[in-house]
Order: sequence, then C-alpha cells, then structure tokens
Amino acid sequence: MTARAEPMHVDTDVLIIGSGGAGMYAAIEAARGGASVFLLDRSLIGRGGATVMAQMTVAVALGAETPDHWRHHLADTIQAGRGLTDERLARLLCEDGPDCIREMDAWGVGWARRDGHITQAFAPGHDRPRCAYVDFLNTGPAVSKTLRTVVNRTSGIRKAGDLLVVDLVRHHGEVTGAVALHLATGTPVTIAAKATIVAAGGLTRLYRRNSASANMGGDGYALALRAGAPLIDMEFVQFFPIGHLAPRLIGMDPIMWDPFRYKLGGRLLNADREEFTERYGTREDGKYVITRDLATYAIIKEVEAGRGSPHGGAYLSFEHCSAEALRAAFGPVIDRLAANNIDLTRMPVEVAPIAHYHMGGVAADPHMQTEVPGLLVAGEAVGGANGANRLSGNAITEALAFGRRAGRTAAARARDGRHGFMRADARAALDLVTADGGADLNTAAMIQTLQATMADDVGPFRTQTKLVHALAAIDQLAAALGERPGGDGGRFDMRRIEWFDLRNMLMVARIVAQAAVQRTESRGAHQREDFPGMLPEWQVNQVAGLRDGEVTFASVPVDAEVAAQ
Amino acid sequence: MSKTATLKVWRGLDAERGRFERYEVPFEPGQSVLDGLRWIRANRDPSLAIRFSCINANACKECMMELDGATVYACTARLESREMELKPLHNKKLVRDLVTEIAPPAERFKG
Repeated sequence: MTARAEPMHVDTDVLIIGSGGAGMYAAIEAARGGASVFLLDRSLIGRGGATVMAQMTVAVALGAETPDHWRHHLADTIQAGRGLTDERLARLLCEDGPDCIREMDAWGVGWARRDGHITQAFAPGHDRPRCAYVDFLNTGPAVSKTLRTVVNRTSGIRKAGDLLVVDLVRHHGEVTGAVALHLATGTPVTIAAKATIVAAGGLTRLYRRNSASANMGGDGYALALRAGAPLIDMEFVQFFPIGHLAPRLIGMDPIMWDPFRYKLGGRLLNADREEFTERYGTREDGKYVITRDLATYAIIKEVEAGRGSPHGGAYLSFEHCSAEALRAAFGPVIDRLAANNIDLTRMPVEVAPIAHYHMGGVAADPHMQTEVPGLLVAGEAVGGANGANRLSGNAITEALAFGRRAGRTAAARARDGRHGFMRADARAALDLVTADGGADLNTAAMIQTLQATMADDVGPFRTQTKLVHALAAIDQLAAALGERPGGDGGRFDMRRIEWFDLRNMLMVARIVAQAAVQRTESRGAHQREDFPGMLPEWQVNQVAGLRDGEVTFASVPVDAEVAAQ
Repeated sequence: MSKTATLKVWRGLDAERGRFERYEVPFEPGQSVLDGLRWIRANRDPSLAIRFSCINANACKECMMELDGATVYACTARLESREMELKPLHNKKLVRDLVTEIAPPAERFKG
C-alpha cells in the first residue's frame, strides 16, 4: 500500500519551510521583492509553531515609553548572552526590530496603547521599559493573525499546509529545492527553488514538557545539517521555571503563570507548604524577584530532595490574594480557571520547569545566508543571536526581523539566479519517502521515551553521568528506528510521519547531548553540576557539522564584530 | 484518582466503510479527549491518525472532531467515565480515522 504515485512537482523562486512569524514575514518580503513564493507548513498555515503560542512581550527599542535606542537594546541582549552572542545577528534583531514592529502596527496588530503611544512594559534583563504586547495575553495569536491576513492579500505567495519536508536537495553543493511528503495523500512532492528559507523553529518537542507546538522537533536543524549547513550553540536550551504542571489545565498556555507572578507575587512552596527559595539564595517575601535560572534550580533540587509536589514540581500559591484582587488583575482568565475547577483563593497550582526556547541553531550571516549557497534561515531556527541565554521579549522580534531580512536576501538571489534543480539529485530522498519494509514500530511510544530521556538527563542541570546515559538511550532508539520508514505509506500515516520526525529528533538530540558533554563549564542556560562556574577558555561557540554521515564538532571564537560602536 | 473512559473511535480511510474501535483509557479528572487519544497512540495503537499541533492552548484549532455528534476541539473537551463516541467531521473530506481536510481551500496542496 506504499505510495507509488509519481511525485508531484512545484517550481518557485523562493521556498519557505515553516509558516510561523518568521516564515510569514519572509514570504511577504520576498513577494514584495518580486519573487514567486511557495510557503509551506507541515501543519496549517500560520497556526502551528511557536509564534501563535506566545503570550508575552516583544522587546523593541521604539522609545515610545521612555527615550531608547537600538544600541541600548543590543547592549542588554549581549549582556544576557554571557559572552557567546553573535553581535552581527543581535544587531540585526535590535536595529530592524522597530521597523518591523511599526509595520505590524500599520497592519493592525493592535499593540496595547497608552496616551496615544505604544505601551512598553519593563521586563527582566532590560535597562528600561521596552516590551510591546497585545492585550489580554494575546501577543502571539494577534501577530499570527495579522501576518496571515497580509500573506493572504499579497500576490505571488502560494501556500500549502500538510507538507512535511523530508530533505533538501543539492546540486554541486548548492540547495536547489526540497523533497516533501504530502501528508493528506501520502504522495511525494519535489520542489525546485532558487532560494530556500528554513523557518521551522526550534526543538522544544524533544522535551517531555514544553511550551511550544508539537511540530517543533528540530526538523529545521536536521534539514540544514544534512544539506551541509553547520549548527552552532546546540547545548543551550532555555527552560521556563514555572510552567503549569497540575491540575490538568486545558485551553491555556502552560507559561501563563509568569504574568500572574508579575502582578500578584505569589508564593513558591514545597510539599511541606514551606517557602524554599531562600535555601538556594533568594528570599521572596511574596514578591516575584527570583531569576529564572535560580527558580529552576531551586524547584529541581526540592524535587530531588523528596520535597516536590505530587506531580514532581513545586506549589505556586495565590491563596493570600483576595478574589477581588485576582479578578481585577486577570478578569476573564479567572473564569477560564474556574472552568478547570481551579480557585486560586483556595488552592495552589503545581508548576515545574518547561522547555521554552532554543538559543542554538543554524549558523548564518546577517543576510540570513547559511554557509550553503541557496539555503537561508530565519527565526528560532537561527543560532547565535542570543548567545547562551535569550533576553525575554527577543523571540518574536527575531522572528519578524530575521524573517524580513531572509525574504529580502532570497528575493535578490532569485532575481539573479536560475533553477538548478535536477530530479537525479532528489533520488535518494524520494526513495526514502516511498520506501517500504521498515520495522513495525510504536513511534508514538519512542517519541515519549526520547522526551523522557531529554527531560531527565539533558535538562537544565547536567552531569557527565546523566549526559552519557542520555547518549546511550538515544543510540538505542536510533538503532531501533532503522534506515527505512515503517507504516503503510498511505494518507496521513502517523507511523511514517513519526518515523521521519524521529529521524530528525534523534539526530538533533544527540547533538545537544554531545555538545553538553563537551562543554565542561556552566554558562547561561547550560549548567553542569559537575563543572560549576564559567571559564574564560570556554568563551567559544561549538559548531556541529556533518562529514561522511558523522557529526563533527569544532570550537570557534565568538563572532564579535564590534557592532555597538 | 484514576478513572476510565471508553473511547469509541471511528477508524478508516473510506467514509462509507469505516468501523469503530473501543479503547479503555485511564485518566485523571480534568484531562482532555486529546490527552486520551494521545494515550491510545502511545499505549495501544500508534496507527490511529489524529491532527493536532499546540496540544493544550487551543491556539492551533487543528483537533476539531465530533464527540457524540457535536463538533468539539479534542484539546478542550474533557474525558468522562463513560462511553464517548469520536468521529471525523462529517462535513469535511475524510483523510484517515479522525483526520479531515480542514484547511481553507487556498491553503491545500493540489500539485
């Protein structure tokens, strides 16, 4: 029953893989530059990915609230990155951010306003109020909806969901297109493109609990690496300390408790209902002052000491707040909590660290060009702009600024270029898409096993022992996965889809764990319990490449062109 | 306190020739129908086809299906200790099992 259908084929100037904020902005900009665009997504257009999930803020030096300049934003971004920031990329984020945010404003995104100007809130790590947002907890959905609307009214953009890209296609070392699986029919698809932009987001799906969509399993990194583009800083996974854990809460984003803590403080408690953060160096006294890394550490240590909450986290309590105070701060959200049988005046909730964002990614220059001609990258898929730790509010800004720049670069390449796609170059990937005879595997259970391994052994706090254990578990899963996909190859064949997902997830998971083993220090989001403290000799980026099918690593000096002169 | 829901799930590739399969699904109060379907995939049958992306936030709007004849999002409908019948949307083209063609026509790939 394997699909034997002749591949369908698409010709386009610019192929964009992924339709979150970065992919959609890239599509708009490339089309404005005169290129024909094929915008695809493995899910629905503009619905999956991380952008639509963002509830928080967008950091941008508009100077609307108080005088500001992109150089101040850049200084804060570099400071947060703990010595590993690629200042050229950080500069692009900070310098182009205001333009993109104003264009989004003109497109009607609805940034919250006060006294006629865009409201800019203060967020940790910024030296002044800099963060725009859309009320109420609606930043991501509003950004996605606005970009979908503009994509729909921009001529020259063809869209298609349900397309899972299996591999990029190369000719003489240049990317010339891609091979995809059309999920709804099981048919293979070849795409010829003069420029290809990978905007497939990060890798949070590698972890059991995460704050992004189920389609962010590191596909973009794996596609780029197999096409010859190096990956940078892969050991740096950002965790958000107080992701919702229990009771089961549906219809809400798991990172929702951050705004609650900003407004109402709240108390972090262990199983004995005692405040515990003081044991780890920060006394809270009902105020939200603990930093994300320390809160993550304190919660994990309490759980390890047997003082965790029933589901393996900490309690977060607002029981000291009155019903009136809660309603004044969060209005309709209180009703949504009530529908989940949660009354914050009478009960605590359980929270625990949750995978949130990946600082690492595909190495690129400020034009979003990777080391492989014809291959560009945008958004969270790009590595380096945020160094070892991302400043809050920078993720949507980078999606927009990097997407716009990638679209511009791709359109310029398409104007000068011609198609180099040859069917023969797509042969291996087409053979894989249509292969049969793979083992009959429980791919859903294998993904859960990988997620548990990554959460338990490659989480925010790492040791040699745990990381080596994780690498062995990853090897075991990879051996079980084999070289050919299982399933029947028919319509929406989840076993086959997940085989291709695992192929990418295991490749990327191994690189994260290996990079973490090698970095024998603690820096930013990478904390080694057996190597506490930051070492000057480790102020280098680890770069992963692929040689003869094997992943190789090199340590290279941080690209620190002095941007903020 | 773990409870059990009986999910009666429509399976098939042809809207005229499907079948129901029953799964006993353990759950904690508050868990969603999507949680139950994901449990079935990991513990009983990975070939069950469902469409979802955001899992929890009701942001992606992909997990639409029919629960006891009414259209719901599987991520916001809750599991209950009874038989619950799940079918694909009857007014959308069937793809497989609970997956239907829900994208706007301009966003469907036609080759």
